[in-house]
Amino acid sequence: MKSFTYERVDSSAAATAAFARTPGARFIAGGTNLLDLMKLEIETPQHLIDVSRLALDKIEATPEGGLRIGAMVRNTDLASDARVRRDYGLLTRALVAGASGQLRNKATTAGNLLQRTRCPYFYDTNQPCNKRQPGSGCAAIGGFNRLHAVVGASDACIATHPSDMAVAMRALDAAIETVDAAGKARAIPIADFYRAPAKTPHLETVLAPGELITAVTLPKPVGGTHIYHKVRDRASYAFALIAVGAIVQRDGTGRVALGGVGYKPWRVEAAEAALPRGAKPVADGLLAGAKTTHENAYKLPLVERALAGVLAQAKG
Amino acid sequence: MKFDTPATTNPIDQMKIVGKPTNRIEGPLKTTGTAPYAYERHDVAANQAYGYVVGSAIAKGRIASMNLGEARAAPGVIAIVTADNAGKLAKGDFNTAKLLGGPDIEHYHQAIALVVADSFEQARAAASLVRVEYARGKGAYDLAAAIDTAIKPKASFGTEPDSAVGNFAAAFAAAPVQLDARYTTPDHSHAMMEPHATIAAWKGDKLTVWTSNQMIAWSVGDMAKTLGIPKENIRFDSPYIGGGFGGKLFNRADVLLAALGAKAAKRPVKVALPRPLMINNTTHRPATIQRVRLGATADGKLTAIGHESWSGDLPGGGPETAVAQTRLLYAGENRMTAMRLAVLDLPEGNAMRAPGEAPGLMALEIAVDELAEKLGMDPVALRVLNDTQVDPEKPSRPFSQRQLNKCLETGADKFGWSKRAKPGVTRDGRWLVGMGVAAAFRNNLNGPSAARVRLAKSGVVTVETDMTDIGTGTYTIIAQTAAEMMGVPLDKVVVKLGDSAFPVSAGSGGQWGANSSTAGVYAACVKLREAVVQKLGLASDAVFADGKVKAGRRSVALGDAAADGELVAEDNMEYGDLAEKFQQSTFGAHFVEVGVDAMTGEIRVRRMLAVCAAGRILNPKAARSQVIGAMTMGAGAALMEELAVDKRFGFFVNHDLAGYEVPVHADIPHQDVIFLDEADPTTSPMKAKGVGELGICGVAAAVANAVYNATGVRVRNYPITLDKLLGKLPDMV
Ligand SMILES: Cc1cc2nc3c(=O)[nH]c(=O)nc-3n(C[C@H](O)[C@H](O)[C@H](O)COP(=O)(O)OP(=O)(O)OC[C@H]3O[C@@H](n4cnc5c(N)ncnc54)[C@H](O)[C@@H]3O)c2cc1C
Ligand code: SF4
Repeated sequence: MKSFTYERVDSSAAATAAFARTPGARFIAGGTNLLDLMKLEIETPQHLIDVSRLALDKIEATPEGGLRIGAMVRNTDLASDARVRRDYGLLTRALVAGASGQLRNKATTAGNLLQRTRCPYFYDTNQPCNKRQPGSGCAAIGGFNRLHAVVGASDACIATHPSDMAVAMRALDAAIETVDAAGKARAIPIADFYRAPAKTPHLETVLAPGELITAVTLPKPVGGTHIYHKVRDRASYAFALIAVGAIVQRDGTGRVALGGVGYKPWRVEAAEAALPRGAKPVADGLLAGAKTTHENAYKLPLVERALAGVLAQAKG
Repeated sequence: MKFDTPATTNPIDQMKIVGKPTNRIEGPLKTTGTAPYAYERHDVAANQAYGYVVGSAIAKGRIASMNLGEARAAPGVIAIVTADNAGKLAKGDFNTAKLLGGPDIEHYHQAIALVVADSFEQARAAASLVRVEYARGKGAYDLAAAIDTAIKPKASFGTEPDSAVGNFAAAFAAAPVQLDARYTTPDHSHAMMEPHATIAAWKGDKLTVWTSNQMIAWSVGDMAKTLGIPKENIRFDSPYIGGGFGGKLFNRADVLLAALGAKAAKRPVKVALPRPLMINNTTHRPATIQRVRLGATADGKLTAIGHESWSGDLPGGGPETAVAQTRLLYAGENRMTAMRLAVLDLPEGNAMRAPGEAPGLMALEIAVDELAEKLGMDPVALRVLNDTQVDPEKPSRPFSQRQLNKCLETGADKFGWSKRAKPGVTRDGRWLVGMGVAAAFRNNLNGPSAARVRLAKSGVVTVETDMTDIGTGTYTIIAQTAAEMMGVPLDKVVVKLGDSAFPVSAGSGGQWGANSSTAGVYAACVKLREAVVQKLGLASDAVFADGKVKAGRRSVALGDAAADGELVAEDNMEYGDLAEKFQQSTFGAHFVEVGVDAMTGEIRVRRMLAVCAAGRILNPKAARSQVIGAMTMGAGAALMEELAVDKRFGFFVNHDLAGYEVPVHADIPHQDVIFLDEADPTTSPMKAKGVGELGICGVAAAVANAVYNATGVRVRNYPITLDKLLGKLPDMV
């Protein structure tokens, strides 16, 4: 780990101002991802701005009938909130499928969205990795890539986004509220939040440097049956091989987002129209243009079969 | 004491304390965090500095240049050890590659430097400033590609590479029912909780290491050889070990580098291997490719048994002895086994829990299941039919005891085996459900083991031996043994382990520890009893019970024998040729039920049962703990554990516990263990054998066979992950 300086701030304005003041700064929330990466020198911030005690830890109703989730709400608190459990069951189920109880007690809503890939080569600083060290190459291509992306990847990077929560957020049409150093606020639909790797896989979101996430909003509930099926080799405490987050209505219509297949939670609205016809056409639409390797080609049939299982379960 | 004729009745047979389910005597220390593990021994030496290991970034080649300037100038740095400045170092007998590499690099993450600093953070930060240029060499990393170059290795730990009895080729060709299949098992990591860790301190030319090591005497010897100093100048102390599974049988980089670092820094130095380094820096269980051929008559009698195994290791290394059990497990007149070894430039292969048998049975016991299906026989019945009570390669040699059939039959009964249906038909909602069975087999090994026992005036008996407790429960069975022998309650026994200043024990490995080390304590206690009766002037048939020694009408408190000073006795248990006259092995049967998600192919174990026949069970509670732990490890081997090899760069890619998955609680819902009532008089006066490795043997095959029974899909390449099932599962829910 590189030496760094540290400060704790008590307002969003102070956080963004501190960022503007200190080059090489990073926000730190629960620290469950950033600290690990710092120990391995994958991330080397010179200054940490601790935002974990900002008063962004509430879940409030919005005038539109949805919820505003403070950026610092812990994953455990979010998953167990009565309104979330009742109206956004997908979110609760996705959250509790992730990490462990101890980690969820620390992990925050903002930090979860911004957690970095679990590509093992990203974690080994001896290996080429364009995401860690732009221009060095991608060791996963041609290497061990059973866990890697099948859609949206590029010749520079085939990493997946590991978050479960984000998959539910995507199906629920969440928006990410931010404020920048100049105090300007904006709301970014989660569909537009993550950047495709293209030639610059180190740039992962549309956030500007120093832009602080303050909340995530959910539109008003859409009803339906909420199912999150995280497929993995062991029963718990493992990242998804693939995950299916679905909201299915009585008439068979609904929404589907996938985890573990691409650089972002993967949803193709146009494909959802086929839901009443079963899993295959939806999976085909979701995975159109997929590019697989010898080791991760199983993800295509797996998505279709997992989705079929989810749809069968929704029917009851 | 020499053990060369089968044991008769002795004080252990009273089984007042031995054989009773007993809580670990050191348990409270562990549950309260007060059992000091190597890295936490802050009090043993003042002024400890911190060492951080730099691992090679390439698998094979040379260090072209190494620039230590920046690292030396970093805050807090005291010293940097490299092969350039470490002085002359030999390689230990138990190491295949050097513990400190450079300029030649033998494997990925081979240690090439130790940075010593005032704090851990400073050492780690400075370690990343060591600038190294490499000249990458060409290495071999792909076992499948290398098997054509594999050669017949020399005997490994007494196991010959080949064996042949009768005429296998002719008998196999003539067999009416044949099975010929290839299986693969991947590289496995020990993945124990506690990393390799050492604190080292020098006083003049005398070195003390507080470390985490299974085999104290081996490691003292290897350290002496490596450093070129007399054994007498080295003390190892390793009282608590957070798991080893074979990964701590030998010295690793932490011990050597802590010693070198302490010398360079002129103060005590502590070193732990970080998790990512454990996987590529230390040893692992090597991958195998195995071919099993079984020939049988139409009614299921095996007539031909052939088992070949290919594995790889660094130059000078050894094979994974995956055919060992096949020489002994089933009857059959015509047999062959062969092991071949290829050179691979991956990290060093070596022993991991049940080396040989664990991967060997992963293949053999699927093959037996496949043969049963070809024969249309129940796999339990097929195994029972082919039982042998003698060494099938040397029929004049009987097994000392062999209750494999009883294990199988008891297990079948208790598990509800008769409810097993044909493959692919049992459903429970979205789950396809199946049952599998496999035989468990692991040889029993005994080794010389010494102990010293002291009797104090208070009646407290203290045992000292360099035996280790790697989480297995050694403290407790040694205390039970001494308590039974001296006729005192358990709380009157103090056990001190893991210090090379104590008499040399068998150590912990190869499941030989329990029987061997307690036999050593038995021998020492026999001597102490003699000293006691002599001191008290009692008849030699005096009875030791309830803290007293009784002969005729006299009854004296045991402690009185030490009234004018402590009584001390020491002895070493040695073995004659009973293990040659009798084949001593341990047996078991594993039954497993799995559910397979019909849509996703996710496999989840639903319940497991092991029935074990392993001689006298000294502490059923600890033994059960050993067996359920081993069953868990076997489930991991079946379903998830695989070191992913990068065949271009030559290293294990998933080198942390996020990438190398081992079972979690949710994977292991229900386990049962039954021990058959046994006592084997040929093994030692304890009449015990090992169980710690038996427990893993066959488990993975039982899981594999259950997956087959659930789905009708046979997977021969471990681990059995859903991607290997997907294309073959039924179409609809
Ligand atoms: C062993 C392990 C297993 C795990 N398993 C899973 C799993 O199965 N599924 C899963 O989804 N996740 C899993 N996780 C990841 C876990 O969910 C994340 O580590 C966690 O959500 C990150 O939240 P945090 O608050 O700790 O983030 P931090 O580590 O504090 O920050 C992460 C990133 O977010 C940035 N950041 C934080 N807050 C803000 C803000 N307000 N505005 C802008 N930027 C900000 C930081 O600068 C940093 O770059 C696992 C983690 C571990 C360690
Ligand atoms: S897939 Fe992306 S993260 Fe992984 S090695 Fe390639 S560039 Fe790096």
